[in-house]
Amino acid sequence: MVIRSAQSNSRMLANHMGYLQLYVSGPFDALKPAGMNHSMDDSSRIEGVGLAISRNDRYIFTDLNFSLEAGQILQVEGHNGSGKTTMLRILCGLTLPSEGEVQWRGENIRKNLAEYCAQLAYVGHAPGIKGELTPLENLDFAKTMDRPRKDADAEKVLERLQLPAFCDDVPCHNLSAGQRRRVALGRLLMLDARLWVLDEPFTALDPGGRKLVEELLSEHAQAGGMAVLTTHHVVNLEGCSVRQLQLGT
Amino acid sequence: MNEASPGAAFISVLRRDLMLAYRHRAQILNPLLFFVIVVSLFPLGLDPEPELLHTIAPGVIWVAALLAAMLSLDNMFRSDFDDGSLEQLLLTPHPLPLLVLAKIVAHWLTSGLPLLVLAPVLGMLLNLGNESLFSLLATLALGTPVLSLIGSIGVALTVGLRGGGVLLSLLILPLFIPVLIFAANAVGNAGAGLDITGQLAFLGSLLALASALAPLATAAALRISLN
Repeated sequence: MVIRSAQSNSRMLANHMGYLQLYVSGPFDALKPAGMNHSMDDSSRIEGVGLAISRNDRYIFTDLNFSLEAGQILQVEGHNGSGKTTMLRILCGLTLPSEGEVQWRGENIRKNLAEYCAQLAYVGHAPGIKGELTPLENLDFAKTMDRPRKDADAEKVLERLQLPAFCDDVPCHNLSAGQRRRVALGRLLMLDARLWVLDEPFTALDPGGRKLVEELLSEHAQAGGMAVLTTHHVVNLEGCSVRQLQLGT
Repeated sequence: MNEASPGAAFISVLRRDLMLAYRHRAQILNPLLFFVIVVSLFPLGLDPEPELLHTIAPGVIWVAALLAAMLSLDNMFRSDFDDGSLEQLLLTPHPLPLLVLAKIVAHWLTSGLPLLVLAPVLGMLLNLGNESLFSLLATLALGTPVLSLIGSIGVALTVGLRGGGVLLSLLILPLFIPVLIFAANAVGNAGAGLDITGQLAFLGSLLALASALAPLATAAALRISLN
């Protein structure tokens, strides 16, 4: 973990230490997404420009630059406390970076946050579902709050996520952690979001669930979507352009 | 674009919060029971002279209503904060003050409105006359929404803190004082046969002011708390 005092010149340090590196994985690079069936234009692009965040007068990371285009997936890696979750929250516009900005289609996301939020689906550490409501009620609520897919149907989504049928009408606090995670991921299939931001999406999922999430990510990328995720698992995303971003090396 | 309209989102949040409150009935009952018990303890603790009870009734009922509102406030954003629903609310394309207003309305419907139903019964217990009962209802109808509105700012500011409850009382109770003064004074004056239009006008203007500004302040406070 590289932590620098807030007073030090972050940019110079980053140049000298080179502790933030952007790798692009080779073998998948040439593979472009197959069919772009979303009604999307190619200008979709998310960029982090000179991002830095400090907590308690210490920088967690500085001079973080990355860019992601339609059909690409960015996997953020780093040890515990290297700022992965913070970076995703900055990307969503929840946390203000100490320096730098996030740009969507070349414009700071703060300029038109509502427009950006309509393009975004976020599944964080906390699942964002209500324990007192059933999976169906939770997904229907998510649908009314954002821009839903044309064919969004909560029951079909839960079926796709392999949630047992009897769970549909059980309050979510009676479900297992993995089942709740599946309900939370169901939001991705309900919303017509271009950019998925997923914080540890594989947590609490069984191998079947992990494979399912990989499938969803592949489909999303091949349809011209983008995803940013943090995970300690090795993800197997065939036919996708996967970039890796290493934090705090 | 088949995006849900802000109005539909408002109704959706309101409906969800009412449904959650209904499934968590004990949480709503707690402040109401507190209200009833505190008010009904006064005749037991003091001299049960009808004259004395009549004098203290406006103050007692209003102070109890204020404390009951404080009790219920902490739940406004707490569970949403804990389970991540608040983050999701911030990430919708709809104006946050509007969604916050829906939550405040739901809070008032489940905590303020029941006080209006209970208050006349407790008023009779404390020997309030018809005139006073009417003014008590009028002040509660105008005053309790102000409590929910102003309270929401404090809750939004303290929701991310551990042990924010103490801070919440310190932040919010001083702001409740104008409501308490005008409301208790109005009920007292009505009992003495005096005109209370002035006090009601003040409460009404406080309500107008709070409903216009509190959702904006609460939305800003939530963004800060979740930063």
